[in-house]
Amino acid sequence: MHRFANPGRFMRLANRLLPWTGALTAICMTAGLYLALFVAPPDYQQGESVRIMYVHVPSAWMALFVYTCIAAASAVALIWRHPLADLAAKASSPVGAAFTVLALMTGSLWGKPMWGTWWVWDARLTSMLVLFFLYLGHMAPMNAFENPSRGRRAAAILALVGFVNVPIIKFSVDWWNTLHQSASVFRVDGPAIHPDMLWPLLLMALGFKFYYLSLLLIRVKGELIEARVRSLNFALLEAGHGRAEA
Amino acid sequence: MPDSFLAMGGYGAFVWPAFAATAAVLLALWLESLLRLRQRQRTLERLEANLPPRRARQPAAGHGPAT
Repeated sequence: MHRFANPGRFMRLANRLLPWTGALTAICMTAGLYLALFVAPPDYQQGESVRIMYVHVPSAWMALFVYTCIAAASAVALIWRHPLADLAAKASSPVGAAFTVLALMTGSLWGKPMWGTWWVWDARLTSMLVLFFLYLGHMAPMNAFENPSRGRRAAAILALVGFVNVPIIKFSVDWWNTLHQSASVFRVDGPAIHPDMLWPLLLMALGFKFYYLSLLLIRVKGELIEARVRSLNFALLEAGHGRAEA
Repeated sequence: MPDSFLAMGGYGAFVWPAFAATAAVLLALWLESLLRLRQRQRTLERLEANLPPRRARQPAAGHGPAT
């Protein structure tokens, strides 16, 4: 793992991986969208509105998955001080926040015709809203501290503390009486939805995962370059030569 | 595309905004990440081009190179 702590090595690895992750993203999303919109059947109760599931559920899964990745990266950063772990966490939270917003928005668009309401303060929706604020809280310290590594350290601790929300979200539909339906895929008895619906769903989920991976590689590259720019600016300022670049 | 596809069984006003919002957010995030990366790469290139070449700098006036 520490082999990739070397920025040059990471850059080379990222550049080798990106064409593949990008291609896989495009393939999975295209195939998933095609199946979701043209092939998958309407629901016997919800009709065509069920198609929102094919963007709502993958978004929600990613909201949880990305936060889990951030928590893991934060633990690695705090315990082993791996330099890339901090940057991976920093690069990830805007992506996770975006997925959370999408889950909430598409959920509302699904809830209005099906439940008759855009929002309800049940355990699932509320805990997802809390997740969104946890993402915002993760992004804030990064920019608030003058010392970037202090900010990343604070964010890492917050990420770990907030991780308790992830199992709460997952089990909210079991522990509380929620309007949001209970699990249809990740259940002890296995998926309860028809394969004709499950396959597009899993394809979209896979596409979203490759999307996140691609974006993670791009954004960590950006963070590494920014770190190098900062240190070059310091060196220039100290030497009294040249102009610091923004 | 047949009319019924756009209408989505009457739910079109909900289904299409959901897909559109997803596409818009994912695209915007991807573009932002790429553009920011390119911008930082350009900054780095500019900085590295302006760096005084190592060991080739002239010593301060009054001191000759030690030979």
